[in-house]
Amino acid sequence: MQAILEPWPWYICGPLIAIIMFTLIYFGKTFGMSSNLRTFCTIAGAGKKVKFFDFDWKAQRWNLTVVAGAIIGGFIAHFYLSAPTNIDLNPDTIKTLSSLGFENAGQSLLPAELYSWDTILSFKGLAILIIGGFLVGFGTRYAGGCTSGHAITGLSSLQLPSLIAVIGFFLGGLIMIHLLFPIIFG
Amino acid sequence: MIKYLKFLFVGIIFGIVLVKSEAVSWYRIYEMFKFESFHMYGIIGTAVITGIILLLISKRYKNINGGLMTVPKKDRGFIRYITGGTIFGLGWALSGACPGPMYILIGTGAFSVIIVILAALLGTYIYGLLKDKLPH
Repeated sequence: MQAILEPWPWYICGPLIAIIMFTLIYFGKTFGMSSNLRTFCTIAGAGKKVKFFDFDWKAQRWNLTVVAGAIIGGFIAHFYLSAPTNIDLNPDTIKTLSSLGFENAGQSLLPAELYSWDTILSFKGLAILIIGGFLVGFGTRYAGGCTSGHAITGLSSLQLPSLIAVIGFFLGGLIMIHLLFPIIFG
Repeated sequence: MIKYLKFLFVGIIFGIVLVKSEAVSWYRIYEMFKFESFHMYGIIGTAVITGIILLLISKRYKNINGGLMTVPKKDRGFIRYITGGTIFGLGWALSGACPGPMYILIGTGAFSVIIVILAALLGTYIYGLLKDKLPH
């Protein structure tokens, strides 16, 4: 039981994620979380104005159900399957984060410096979350998939477009962390 | 309703695995892009290797509906994948949340992530609006 409550090692989680992808393919569907963003736009009525959103969203109900399950799974894992432990980050990472103004790194899933309500009530804090979310939403649809659709499903099925997209994910991530973070948080 | 139960179950397992793997943590994403831990590379690497094997083995088996086990083929192209991917990566590293974890984090009680989701919906909408004007 103790092993369940502790963080699970990567060599357990990676294969489990592959089995989740495989299960959805076995069910005749696919593993792609970002498609739900498009579905939500359609449900909100975006299809009346923009052709890209003009599709029968009811065919995507299965994927919205996966989303509902994911929220429940997050709740179960966090409140019932986790002993309070810090994330075992590299000490160098903690040191660099401290120099950027991020204290208590790894003591929660998300940094208070970005996600606490105090931060969000400041203009800069709110702007960071909005810009971050916007780039994720725009980029994932432009690239036709996210970590689940490209990095896991696309690479597992040896698709070149997914490899290019994943290279893009890393290009963007490296630019953000190494070039932009010192400017944004410096 | 019953036919949706299996998807709910898959979603629950997905949420649990991503929390227990710490892949939903902003810190793990930051550490990955700093190349200071093997953790995230281990998760993605073993997921892809397991995925390749499972998909290869399953080629001769049928899915639950009696059809072929097929993975949707991505369209050919380069610009959309590298540009879209880079834009996604910028947002992923900044917010620490990709489109699966952003929902899972709500379940962990991090309600402020809803702001990220709303902004992601706006980004998706703007892409739909500009789709025909963008190079693909």
